[in-house]
Amino acid sequence: MMSMTLSEKIIAKAAGKASVVPGEIVICAVDVAMMHDSSGPRRAGKYLDDLGVPIWDKDKLVVITDHYINDPDPGSVRTQEISHQWVADKGIENFYPEQGICHVILPEKGHIKPGLFCVGADSHSTTAGAFGAFMVGVGATEMTGVLATGEIWIRVPETLRVSVSGTLSSGVAAKDVILKLCGDIGVMGANYMAVEYGGDAVKAMSMDERMTLTNMAAELGAKTGIITPDWVTAETLAAYGADNVDVETWQGDDEAKVARTIDIDGAGLAPQVAAPSNPENAADVGISAGTAVGQAYLGACTGAKLDDLRMAAEIVKGRQKSKNTRFFVAPATHRIRDIAAKEGILKILEDAGAKILLTGCGGCIGLGEARLDDGMTGISSTNRNFVGRAGPASSKLYLGSAYSVAAAAITGQITDPRELLGELL
Amino acid sequence: MSNIQGNAHVYGDNIDTDQLAPIKSYMNMEPDVGCKLCLEPLDPDFAGAVKAGDIFVAGNNMGIGSSREQAPMFLKLLGIRAVLAKSFSRIFYRNTLNFGLPALVCPETDKITKGDVLSIDPLAGTVENLTTDETLACQPLPEHLLSMIADGGLLPHLEKRLKKST
Repeated sequence: MMSMTLSEKIIAKAAGKASVVPGEIVICAVDVAMMHDSSGPRRAGKYLDDLGVPIWDKDKLVVITDHYINDPDPGSVRTQEISHQWVADKGIENFYPEQGICHVILPEKGHIKPGLFCVGADSHSTTAGAFGAFMVGVGATEMTGVLATGEIWIRVPETLRVSVSGTLSSGVAAKDVILKLCGDIGVMGANYMAVEYGGDAVKAMSMDERMTLTNMAAELGAKTGIITPDWVTAETLAAYGADNVDVETWQGDDEAKVARTIDIDGAGLAPQVAAPSNPENAADVGISAGTAVGQAYLGACTGAKLDDLRMAAEIVKGRQKSKNTRFFVAPATHRIRDIAAKEGILKILEDAGAKILLTGCGGCIGLGEARLDDGMTGISSTNRNFVGRAGPASSKLYLGSAYSVAAAAITGQITDPRELLGELL
Repeated sequence: MSNIQGNAHVYGDNIDTDQLAPIKSYMNMEPDVGCKLCLEPLDPDFAGAVKAGDIFVAGNNMGIGSSREQAPMFLKLLGIRAVLAKSFSRIFYRNTLNFGLPALVCPETDKITKGDVLSIDPLAGTVENLTTDETLACQPLPEHLLSMIADGGLLPHLEKRLKKST
């Protein structure tokens, strides 16, 4: 039997082949297709209806609304109406309206498990790889092809193996690991590749933290990010209600060939912050320290999971936000919001002056209350800081971990979060 | 599919989808209006300068960012008929081809300046710069995509395929 990486094994199974090699173009059968209110019913759904063909398997389709929700804008309201109507017309049962952000909802509702070949009409669909699935992002037209045929062509990607050694220091998180990678190899450093994360520091991470790594594989240009499933995966998925989770089968071969290996010293890693306006402008937080910020935003699929909120609470507990800085927190899903409320985390954040916003993509895509003002500089726990994304072209955005965002909210400027945790005293 | 001939609009590396399709350009706007905001954060004059048949030329990692396909849709609506780049971001690459708009990997885009007249054979993967009288090499499109491009994109291609099978 030929040695294969985990990605290659999943693609081979989906393509109905014994093995595949990088560079080969294969047709894969899709196990799960996900689309949201922006790419989904109003676009892919409409294109499918124009073609006049049915959905290949509606039980394999998941529709989630998260982009234009909780927004009075008439275009947004119309988009929600279209979503609800289309889903009702087609009789789609896997529909999660306004309950949270798609990449976090999808596993939370039990749709993702090791070995699945999945396609999502959103670039951060790579997130599901944290659970040992292979998931790629596509556009709405491509999704129409999947809806009609249940298949998609794919070029088997080379694998970039990232090994993070040691134990991350207090105040350092998965976000710092992925920003470090963005800084080191750049936003096309892994173009077309599968980024496979491993090493002791990754094995020690919660699923929330692992999802940050796979989510931002998109920022490396990768086709997907993936992490070998283990008991943490199995336990988390059991709690999410996924059935028949098979961790043992879905392991890559140690001797499988990879295109490149990168080692990151986890123990020596300092918090990272990406300066405007590209994630690859990442560097040690000290370089940007002292930059005044008008807004600190904890949000998005990348940076408002339960562990992100816990990290922020650790920093702000018993403190007050700077009077010069707006502080917004938009929990990634309702489940996360409810657990954070129960654990007292939301209260800690609110007592520090944070305003809790409704869930949704919101500030990450420049929508809602957390949209940056003209000329404003902000810091956020989101994934991209391109010009004009989170606010007008005149605004500037830094990216950092939940720790770094919370620290900036308190001091009103970019700050090494370890200073507030007493680590650097 | 015949040759594409038009003026080159030349930009650099990492042209991202937030610039090609700023959120306000598709939130509440029809595509024929929204496309006028294409590339506005980078070059507000771009949309007005494009004429039907023109060619978009970029450096590395063209179309980085979101999966929003308004990015290639707007280029096509403005009149762009082919996109050349040293390399593409993968979702943008697929989205562009799915619209029937040839996206060609051309390592030599540095040899093209704004306003040059180019003639492209998308199926053969060749680019002639008529202004400088140079021929530039491109990677030919993967074989399995040629028929889709010839059909005008994924949706017409699917229509043909699904009709044939019924």
